[in-house]
Amino acid sequence: MLTADHITKHYGHLCVINNLSLCIAKGEVVAIIGPSGSGKSTLLRCLNQLEKIDDGTIALDGMFLCRSAEGRAQYTQAAILRKITLRMGMVFQSYHLFPHMNVITNITDAPIHVKRMPAAKALKLGKELLERVGLSDKAQAYPHQLSGGQAQRVAIARALCMEPEILCFDEPTSALDPEITNEVLSVIRDLAKEQMTMLVVTHEMGFAREVSHRIIFMENGGIVEQGSPASVFSSANPRTRQFIGF
Amino acid sequence: MLIKFFNDPERLWKLVTLLTSGVGTTCAIFALTLLLSAPLGILAALARMSKHTAVRGPVIFYIYIMRSTPLMLQIVCFYYLLPQLLPFRANPFGTVIFAFVINYAAYFAEIFRGGIQAIPVGQREAGHVLGYERTQVFMRIILPQAIKNVMPAVTNEVITLVKDTALASTVAITEIMIIAKQQVSVSSSVEPFLLAMILYMILNGIAGQFCKLAEKRLGYY
Repeated sequence: MLTADHITKHYGHLCVINNLSLCIAKGEVVAIIGPSGSGKSTLLRCLNQLEKIDDGTIALDGMFLCRSAEGRAQYTQAAILRKITLRMGMVFQSYHLFPHMNVITNITDAPIHVKRMPAAKALKLGKELLERVGLSDKAQAYPHQLSGGQAQRVAIARALCMEPEILCFDEPTSALDPEITNEVLSVIRDLAKEQMTMLVVTHEMGFAREVSHRIIFMENGGIVEQGSPASVFSSANPRTRQFIGF
Repeated sequence: MLIKFFNDPERLWKLVTLLTSGVGTTCAIFALTLLLSAPLGILAALARMSKHTAVRGPVIFYIYIMRSTPLMLQIVCFYYLLPQLLPFRANPFGTVIFAFVINYAAYFAEIFRGGIQAIPVGQREAGHVLGYERTQVFMRIILPQAIKNVMPAVTNEVITLVKDTALASTVAITEIMIIAKQQVSVSSSVEPFLLAMILYMILNGIAGQFCKLAEKRLGYY
């Protein structure tokens, strides 16, 4: 469904993604693990058009975000980029809820004003999603009144209300304490059960092992190893063993 | 000190009516300047943050001129210059408003730039991944938060503007200050000035209350 082919990204002289290829199938849950600075978040940001890659090809269901030509990534026209954006969702480590909107507006504003969804329909969907993440009583609350775990669940509901086909999570629980982490993980777990296609950058090894279909171990902008949780967790690769810590 | 008004209710009342007859013009300068310069300031702030030097450069220069020369000088300049430059007859009040607006817009531009830049990048990024277009990101996400950020600074400008309206007296606009001056020279008493002070204090008291109210309304998050 989502493919990245030989993508490369530099910040100045620093190569953060080095000739990386990746393919995600529909309904697949992929966890990306790896040490800080290995390029996991940058990869996610490139896939979500928050950063531009220098070279390589990225495509969603045959729609090209960019294509490699003459040693450079050539981005496609704005209209198609937007179409791709609308089919992908992203949840950030620090939520980035809109502080000036209450919870339900945070969730429904984009569907109404971006997708032109009728307000009543958006509201209904928004309320359903809030219930799903266990926050029905917080519809009128403002983000500053929420705990970290609640804020992150609202952020997930906000992303879901756009009805994306792929949902990306950039360290969704790194800002949360262990107890609260579970609230968020259980929401992602439920999504996995519903066959949502997800790409999750995480440091939660237990979670990656339990929920994902495939784990990708990244370091220095490249994929060191990937495979089923069972195979990665019993890897023979010394670097993988060292990182996972067994 | 010669007391000529404060001991004579009838004369005092006459003076009060005279001075308050200038309040309308003072308020008109104030309101027009605020209403026109704030949106212009937002546009200038955006241009000031443009990544194109051809856009940013001239705006930086404009802001520099406006902020580094006296407003009084700008008013006088435009008062004599504009009628010569414009093909139609510019009325004095119009030229004064023009001077006030472009001067205050420059200050507002810097205030809004600060207010916009203070918003975390994550807000813009969250908007982008949700599919908002650039203008939508600005209008729906950035601007509402920027307005809250700049309110304290804007309050300051509002208070300064009430007092700056007195500068219109330099080009014979009949507002509070000029009437006070005339009455002082006619009566050889400073009482009209004291009364004018009280009037400005009242006006600023009201303006301050409005700003406070606005800040309170924006304090919901």
